[in-house]
This record gives sequence, structure tokens and C-alpha cells, in this order.
Amino acid sequence: MTVKLDKLQMSDTIKTTVNPSEPAPPQNHDSQEDHEGRRDHDDHDVRTHRYDRDECAGREDFPAPGAFAIRAIDLTAGYGDRPVLHGVSLDLLAGEMLAIVGPNGAGKSTLLKILGGALKPWSGSVELEGRPIGDYDRRAIARRLAMVAQENLVAFRFTVLEIVLMGRAPHLGAFHFETRHDLEIAHAALERFDLIGLARRPIQELSGGERKRVFLARALAQSPHVALLDEPTAFLDLRHVAEIFARFRELRVERGMAVVATLHDLNAAALHADRVLLMKDGVMAGYGTPETVFTAANLRTVYETEVHVGRNPATGAISVLPGSAPPRRR
Amino acid sequence: MSEPAVVHDQAVAKLALADLADAHLTRASMVMTLAALGVLLIVVSTIAMAFGSVHIDLMRAIADRSSPDHAILFGARIPRVLMGAIVGAVLAAVGAALQALVRNPLAEGGILGISGGGAFGAIIALVVFSRIGGSDVAIPLCAFAASLISTLAVYRLAQVDGRLEPFTLLLVGVIFNAFWGAAIMLVNSIVNFFFTHSIIFWLMGSFEAPTYREVAMVTVLGGIGFAILISRARDMNLLTLGDDEAAELGVEVDAVRRTIFIATSVMIGAAVSVSGIISFVGLIVPHIIRTSIGADHRMLIPASILGGAAFTVAADLIARTAIAPSELPVGAITALCGGPFFIYVLRREGRKSLVL
Repeated sequence: MTVKLDKLQMSDTIKTTVNPSEPAPPQNHDSQEDHEGRRDHDDHDVRTHRYDRDECAGREDFPAPGAFAIRAIDLTAGYGDRPVLHGVSLDLLAGEMLAIVGPNGAGKSTLLKILGGALKPWSGSVELEGRPIGDYDRRAIARRLAMVAQENLVAFRFTVLEIVLMGRAPHLGAFHFETRHDLEIAHAALERFDLIGLARRPIQELSGGERKRVFLARALAQSPHVALLDEPTAFLDLRHVAEIFARFRELRVERGMAVVATLHDLNAAALHADRVLLMKDGVMAGYGTPETVFTAANLRTVYETEVHVGRNPATGAISVLPGSAPPRRR
Repeated sequence: MSEPAVVHDQAVAKLALADLADAHLTRASMVMTLAALGVLLIVVSTIAMAFGSVHIDLMRAIADRSSPDHAILFGARIPRVLMGAIVGAVLAAVGAALQALVRNPLAEGGILGISGGGAFGAIIALVVFSRIGGSDVAIPLCAFAASLISTLAVYRLAQVDGRLEPFTLLLVGVIFNAFWGAAIMLVNSIVNFFFTHSIIFWLMGSFEAPTYREVAMVTVLGGIGFAILISRARDMNLLTLGDDEAAELGVEVDAVRRTIFIATSVMIGAAVSVSGIISFVGLIVPHIIRTSIGADHRMLIPASILGGAAFTVAADLIARTAIAPSELPVGAITALCGGPFFIYVLRREGRKSLVL
């Protein structure tokens, strides 16, 4: 697929409104070009616009179903002269979720940084929506891809709404104030993560779980096509974990968002992800559906401990339980 | 979905949106705040022009060009108030910008040793160039260079494993501050007695007898600096989330950081070369604005410019009048207010960072 860079970054025409209640028309690669690089804050549209969540959502631009969201080919990377990743490849289509799992130090976070363009690989390439990620400037990446780090610290007393509105920054010029359209998007993001009641609270006063939801809402306000989540559910209780996965499932279905998440919880990965990437020591130990990757043999090799792999009777998803205590080594 | 339900939904959503206008920075609230601070600055400046070791009648000073009031107002008071205003504006704006850059509300030109570096550069230039001439130009230039070197050194030394450690940064800054103070005292002890007054002036900070030329120099450099900082205000907001997070939101982090470091070093260098080290203005003013109005740098930077100007003009008024006809150095006044304030913020933020 060839897409001209100038079109990618400069396109300024008013895009067609996609009604999310109808499936988006199937598009071949040529027409997909017209969907990329849209700026969705043109003033004309905002002035004449009446607030309607559905219509508002429709005015954000969604990737075509089946389009390539993000792809990595044979990545090798490291810090200094210490290699961390060896020959990692993955690909993800719009609306899919990929879970990256593996023991501590397997290179999961490094892989996420490379996918987000924050770290350059030694060799191999990353393609974002069919183009090498190096062809985009930082703001163009930020309009397509959002990342939520494991830790979310803020030094100053910004309100929750201000943090979420920061997600609009890549869509705004340096001197522009947020338009009504940006506020609507931030408002919808707050609503989706059940944060309306907290909107005017300083971020420091929130609990860890609330703060995590604020940063997920901030990522959503970026209107990304791809969301990279580093341990989005670490330290959260069961209910919040379930809610966060449910919200991202909605986003994947409604707007074709592709989600890449590093997870420690293999059961959550099996339940929610379309594909899983099992990593150990920077090498791919398995890549595919949870059924094919999460075998007792694979997991035993990777985690060096006995596991029991079965099915969750309620969901039918693969479930992984610790097996017998590991033999004491050496 | 039935028609009335849709209308109702829209009404609810509209209400919720309008209701949240106080939860973020809007253009209207920004204009109101800046206008209020502008009025405050004008009032404080007017009072500062009227009062001093001698009371003058402002109306007569303007109406009667031959009156002594006129001479005092235009020869002494106006340049002094202008100098106080522009230096205070520079210090507060630089404080706010550095705090965003290092994600620490305790960062400030004086505390981080940047002003100390500038003062050392200025003193070296004074001693060297007073014999061979050209010290007017050399003093500010050496002050910029020394403050830039000081900034870069502090920043580099405060990095642990490539990450900026807030408390290491403060510690390194405090050490630099003490180091520059010692270096200045060393120079003081080996040079001619003739320089001692100037050296003490730079150490204490004062707006004694500024010339219009000096005012113009700081105004031009400060103005350019303000424009640069204001144009990076949104990036500063994003930088407070962390370097990686800011990059993921489209900020060219290294370029922005470099721009802000160079701009703030030049601004501090300009301020120090005419007024010496005036500490804590850059700490107190942004902190008060942040807690009372909001943390958004699009407003914090311009509000710090106006608030810093008003604060410093007021501090200088106290310095001039407290023990009139003698004068206190204004740097002593700001440090006397600032020391306890610094401890207060440190205690507060220190406790909070444990929770974070």
C-alpha cells in the first residue's frame, strides 16, 4: 500500500461522517487512504455542530475494518550494547487486541516503547497503519497512537478534566484553545470511564485505580486508532480490571481501535485478547490465539514452573492455574 | 430511540459540558485573571512611584517639569519600578518554566544555582573588563554564559540512570548555589577593595540606581524569553506528565527542553547582570498562582510574569521604605519571605510525593 506522506499529514478536507450504528462500508486500500491523517477540529464543523454523543463519535475518524493497525517485522533492540529483543514480529488489525505476556524482564515494555516510536530498534521495522513509523512526525503518531504507561505521576495540581484534555494536544496548534469539539471528546472519554463526578478534582487526590482510569481516558481523548497499554490492570481490584477490559472491548467494536497490552495476568489475556505474544528473554516463545500459545508445555518452559491449563467453565476461555510447587533449583 | 429521548439526552449532555467550564482553563477565565493581575501591577507600581525615602506628589511631578518631584520620579523612581517589574517578571516566569521542566515545584533559578552562576560570570567580567573596557556588554554576556553552563551542569549531574531525580536535582542545585557563593567570596578576597561593593551588590540583589539602558536591555531579552516560554506553554503542560508521556503526545521533548534551558539561562543572566541574585521570587509567585488559579501553563506563565512584577515591585518598595532613609537589599526581603515559604512547600510536597 502506498500512501503519500503529504496527504497523511496535511489533509484538511472535511471527512465523511461515519454512523457507528451501521457497519462502516468495506473499504479497499485505495479508499482507506482517504481516511488517514484527518484533522477533526475544523472550526466550521464545530460552530454548526449540535452535541450528540453518537454523532460526535461518528465525527472522529475510524480505521476501516480489516485494515492493518500496527505491524512489527523482525525487531531487534536493546539499551546501550545490551540486547533486549531478538527477532520479534507481530501484526494487528483494526479492532483486535494483542496481549504481550511473559516473565519479568522478557522485554515486554521495551517492545511497547518501540511500537510507540519512543525507542528506535537496532534492526527491523514498525509499520503504523501501513507506513513505516519513521515517516510520521511525533504529532502525527500521537494522532493515531496513544500510550498509557505503567506509572502515572503528575507533578502539579491539574484537574482530571485538564489531564484528559491534554490528550487533545496533538490535534491542536500551539496557540489554540480546546474547541467545543475537543471538550465533547474529553467529556465522552470521562463518561466512558465513569469519571464525570471526578472531573474537577485535582489528580493528586485520586486513588491509584481512579488515576489509572484518568490516564486511559486521556489516551481515549487522543482519538487513537491504536492504544498501547503497559500493565493497564496492575494493582487494580477485580471489578476495575473487568471494567477496563469491558471499556476497551467496546472501543474495539465501536471504533475499530486496536489494543496492545502487556499483561501479567494470563487468564485476562486468554479471556480478552484475540492474539497473545508469549515472550521470554526477548525472544518470541509463542504467537497466536490463546488456545495455541497457552499450552502447558509452552508455559512451563517460559515461566519455569508447573502450570495447569484448563477451561474457565463460565467463559470457555483458557484458564491457567499454578501446578505443583516448583522443584528447588540447584 | 424515540425523538424526545434524544432531545433530553442532548440537553443533559449540554448541561454537563457547560457545568465543567470551571474544571479547566477557558479563554474567558484566562483573560479575566490576567486583567486582574494587570490592574494589581498598575496599582502596586503607582504606589511604589509615589512612596520612597521622600514622598512625592505624582500629579505635580507630571505637570511641573522643573519640580524636584519630576526629577525624582523620572530620574529615580520610574527606572527603579520598571527594573523591579521586569526583573520580577523574568524571575517568576523562569521559575514556572523550570518547575515544569524538572517536574518539581521547588525548582527556581536561585535555588538551582543558576543565578549564582550568572552572578559569578558577571563578577568575573566586571573584574576583567573594568580595566580594558567594554564591561557593559561583557557583564551580561558572561552572566548568560555562566548561567547556561551552570544549568546544564546541574541538570546533567542530577540524572540518575538517564532519569531526572527531583530530590537529587534540588540537592545538586543547592550545592551549586553554595559553590558559586564561595567562588564569589574567593574572588572578593583576592581583588581590589574597589570591587567589593559591586560584589556584595550581586550577592544580595538590589535595584539601586538602574539606568534606562539597563532597563531596556532586560526588557528586550526578557520579552523575547517571555514569547518563547508562552509559545511552549502547552508543551510544558505535557512535560509535567513525564518525558515519555509528553513524547507520546507529540512533544519533541529534547528540542523543547533545550529551547527552554537556553531561554531561561539568557533571561536569568540578563536579570542577574543588572540586579544580582534575587532568590525565591520564582518559587513563591508561580506556587501561589498554581494553587489559587490553576496549573495550566498557558495561564501560569503570563500570570507569573504579571504577578512576579507586582510582587517584586512591592518587595522593593519595602526595601526602600522599611528603614528609610537607609535601604535594605531587595534580595534580603525576598529571601526572608522565601526561606520559610520554601520549607512550607517542601514539607507539603514531600508528604504528598510519598502518597503518589
